[in-house]
Amino acid sequence: MSAATRDPAPARIALVLLAAALAVAVFLLPLAAVLAEALRRGWEPAWSAISDPDSLAAIRLTLLVASISVPVNTVGGVAAAWAIAKCDFAGKRLLTTLIELPFSVSPVISGLVYVLLFGAQGYLGPWLRAQGIEIIFALPGLVLATVFVTFPFVARTLIPLMQEQGREEEEAAATLGAGGWQIFRRVTLPNVKWALLAGVLLCNARAMGEFGAVSVVSGHIRGQTNTMPLHVEILYNEYMFVGAFAVAALLALLGVVTLAAKTLLEMLTSRRIGEHV
Amino acid sequence: MSASAAIAPRSARRRQALPGLGLTLGVTFAWLGAIVIVPLAALALKPWELGVAGVVAALAEPRVLAAFRMSFGGALAAALASVPVGLLFAWVITRYRFPGRRVLDALIDLPFALPTAVAGLALTALFASNGWLGAPIEALTGWKVAYTPAGVIVALFFVALPFMVRTVEPVLRDLPLDTEEAAATLGATRLQTIRRVVLPALAPAMLTGFGLGFARAVGEYGSVIFIAGNMPMISEIAPLLIVVKLEQFSYAAAAAIGLAMLVLSFAILLLLNLWQRRLRRGLG
Repeated sequence: MSAATRDPAPARIALVLLAAALAVAVFLLPLAAVLAEALRRGWEPAWSAISDPDSLAAIRLTLLVASISVPVNTVGGVAAAWAIAKCDFAGKRLLTTLIELPFSVSPVISGLVYVLLFGAQGYLGPWLRAQGIEIIFALPGLVLATVFVTFPFVARTLIPLMQEQGREEEEAAATLGAGGWQIFRRVTLPNVKWALLAGVLLCNARAMGEFGAVSVVSGHIRGQTNTMPLHVEILYNEYMFVGAFAVAALLALLGVVTLAAKTLLEMLTSRRIGEHV
Repeated sequence: MSASAAIAPRSARRRQALPGLGLTLGVTFAWLGAIVIVPLAALALKPWELGVAGVVAALAEPRVLAAFRMSFGGALAAALASVPVGLLFAWVITRYRFPGRRVLDALIDLPFALPTAVAGLALTALFASNGWLGAPIEALTGWKVAYTPAGVIVALFFVALPFMVRTVEPVLRDLPLDTEEAAATLGATRLQTIRRVVLPALAPAMLTGFGLGFARAVGEYGSVIFIAGNMPMISEIAPLLIVVKLEQFSYAAAAAIGLAMLVLSFAILLLLNLWQRRLRRGLG
């Protein structure tokens, strides 16, 4: 940077200090507040709130929902990325727009659409009830809503990278007689593995932390359809603040670990992952 | 675009060089159709069970109108506030080298990674009358933040901010320094250069970041409902009203509110997009 494009030192220092102060207020204080509220009466009450049977049930349910939703969106996202980046067909832009659509839909609407389909007064509700199938206020509803809100994560981390990488390596492999699956596993996958991992991590963090969408379809049945974020809300509304903040701290830890892993993967690949996701 | 495509002679109809289009497109459409298209179609159909007059009546309820004002007005205010703060963060992490820059860079994504309910709880604790930030603000200005519309805007600002930073930052990084040098050579002061050269070049990205942050904030739920106080007509947001209608089993009214939210925010995004196109044309 030449002298002409360098800001004067006092301006530089002032701007950096201002940014640092804002970062502390906007990002660090909220994290510290969660921790402080959780540990307000020491470790013991915080720990017993987390190891309470209802909390454990919520943790188990959250893990279960994520373990179904994340693989679904990983398979869908990889398939979409292959079709869009490695093949030719009309309507690619439209398809990409549709895949990113769930990001611009309110989480509450993401839950609402499934209630409209499968709820008691939904289009398929009466028929499902006659068959004895429960979707809303049960696990399938939680999974569907979670899949909806985390839908684009894997696809949108892979598509730009796979487009940039082009098709030469895959085409060379095809010329040498490799089949589609072989090409994907031996050529494409090694090229995108870190980005894929980052996409999966971001998808998982959102799946475990989702609140609005699952809140609409859950019915809040304690020990049965309460995920961790919903459990936080219930504890908070019952004035069990230490418990609410203790479970929230656990979720915050998930967010911070995801962020650290993403930063690490970005350093590893020296490229930004999941820009404005 | 691959380089070889430009060099290789284009046959009239290029044969698919790589296999798997049928399979991957099939999986994609099954996944997209079942999860996104069919459910959103239900949202588009359901409100009309009320008839056109019924939909209008459902949306014209004073409580619904107030909630729309809160959600859209609050999102607008939050996205506006994200412009200067987002620019500052983007500027500092792309232009300066200082200890802790990487940490700051990583922290900016925190609102993306932090579950919304956690953000909501944290901001409520911070901005309550006895909170670390709420107490000094109230002592100095007499304003309450938590449980007022100001609290809603604080939460929406938190979720909108990273969008602004992350859209402006790559453009700022790729901005050629020689235009700034030229401006300086021609006698512009540093401030003039930033105002007349750098900011206009960033304007389209700022609009994109504004739009993304706005779209996210309009629909935001988890980080808002704890700090909002949710008083009807005052600090109630539109997504909460959908939840209320669902609890009353008014599916069609809930769908009407949801559909109106989507249509309105897409219309605003379209306008922003058109404005951005004009800006880009102006830049040449």
